[in-house]
Amino acid sequence: MAEKSGPSFLRRNGPELFGALSLLAAVLVFEALVRSGIVNRFVIPPPSDIVLAFERVIVEENILGRFRDTAVEMVIAGFAAVGVGVPIGAFLYRSALWRRAMEDWIGALAAAPIVLAFPLFLVLFGRSPKTIIVMGFVHGLAPIILKMVEGLASTRPVLINVGRSLKMTSSQMFWKILFPSALPVIFTGIRLSWTFVLITIVGVEYLINLGGLGQLINELAERYDLPGTYAGICFVVLVSVLFFVILERVESWLQPGR
Amino acid sequence: MALNESQSVNPALVVDDVVKRFGRGDEVITAVDHMSFDVAQGEFVSVIGPSGCGKSTLFNIIGGLLSDYEGAVKIGEERISAPHPAVGMVFQEESTFPWRTVIDNVAFPLELQGVGKSERMDRAHHFIDMVGLASFEKAFPSQLSGGMRQRVSIARTLVSQPKILLMDEPFAALDEQTRLLLGDKITQIQQELNQTTLLITHNLTEAVQLSDRIVVMTYRPGRVKRIVRIDLPRPRTSDVVGSDAFGHYVAEIWNDLREEASRGMADSESAASRRAAHG
Repeated sequence: MAEKSGPSFLRRNGPELFGALSLLAAVLVFEALVRSGIVNRFVIPPPSDIVLAFERVIVEENILGRFRDTAVEMVIAGFAAVGVGVPIGAFLYRSALWRRAMEDWIGALAAAPIVLAFPLFLVLFGRSPKTIIVMGFVHGLAPIILKMVEGLASTRPVLINVGRSLKMTSSQMFWKILFPSALPVIFTGIRLSWTFVLITIVGVEYLINLGGLGQLINELAERYDLPGTYAGICFVVLVSVLFFVILERVESWLQPGR
Repeated sequence: MALNESQSVNPALVVDDVVKRFGRGDEVITAVDHMSFDVAQGEFVSVIGPSGCGKSTLFNIIGGLLSDYEGAVKIGEERISAPHPAVGMVFQEESTFPWRTVIDNVAFPLELQGVGKSERMDRAHHFIDMVGLASFEKAFPSQLSGGMRQRVSIARTLVSQPKILLMDEPFAALDEQTRLLLGDKITQIQQELNQTTLLITHNLTEAVQLSDRIVVMTYRPGRVKRIVRIDLPRPRTSDVVGSDAFGHYVAEIWNDLREEASRGMADSESAASRRAAHG
């Protein structure tokens, strides 16, 4: 029995275990490099100091409130990008003229460093969470539109022929064949989009010194509290992980057979 | 007046002088050229020809997916110019919906027709059972083999109880043994339902194993070269492939097909040479 459970445990949890051990190994290497003086501790603090800074950051810096602020901005901007990007993508898929006219521009929007346009958004929306959310939304929009178009266009022609042979209406064709078929690609777009949204939100919080984790990182860096700064960055990673875990669950719930 | 091999007493489907051309001006290619034949009620007819002879074009015309053609494909007195509810299509490529379970795939046409859930599940269950997948109702296509997926597609087509089952090389992607066994399953279903069936194929043994008549097509433009009646006993199984009569039919039809297939091969080789010459 024990002989059987060993290999099956490794097969099931091996990749996660390997990932965690690799991370631990990297942390230990950095610890050794910093402590031996090869890496300057005023550039990168020892990982053990960062771990010790967690308690201080949580207790003294209202981390939960800042975490919540960033998460709420992320949810609003992320879902707004999905809510607006999906219909625009569907429209562009239907209209070849608009698609040809707009696709390059939307691609350029995805590649543009929107975060640097913060002065314009500050003028338009003031120094408020509105600016942060709108900038996150704008940056997150392009990947969803592009992937929506790509997903719909990559529907296998035979599935469309099945729909045609069953005399499906265009609405039935969209909701029962095109959209479900495009879902995996759309989710790739959402993952990309939410990465852009999070980067923009934390970046703008940092730049305009307002709101959640970005502002905290700014303040800690201004105080030259390097362990605290890196601990703050770890919380940003946590937000990212949290959203991606939720997204993964939603994706496997929506596409059980894939 | 005596009927020839292309005519039936009680045709369920009539292909009457059908012509389909692609392209314009000097670049016109005639894919199907004045083809005529019919399929009687309950009959199994195969259309066989070399690759590129216009079989799939004919499939799309009969299925209503190509409306711009000359001549007429008729069901009763109605000329087909769009998908017709009397024709159920099974495609060459794997066409199950990966996001639906087997039973939801099969019940899909009934869902579109607004049939209530319990009735559509009952009917789907019946046809899943018929294709031998009763224990896989809750499975997703990704959990099935290629042959099982193709059986799901066949059950999905049969669930609407179409008057004519139209199949385009449904076993093309399968190995020979699976193909023979699925042939048995198709024969069994066809006999059980007395299902009028038109099979488009390039596989000679498959055509002889399954058919009452075989329409042999020429290579480009696709014309009817000959219609062969297969007088092998029914009920028929794949055991028939070992019989002398089966071998005789295969040899006879191959004699007709060899010349067409050779023309097709020569055509492909000269096209490849031209491409190579132009870099």
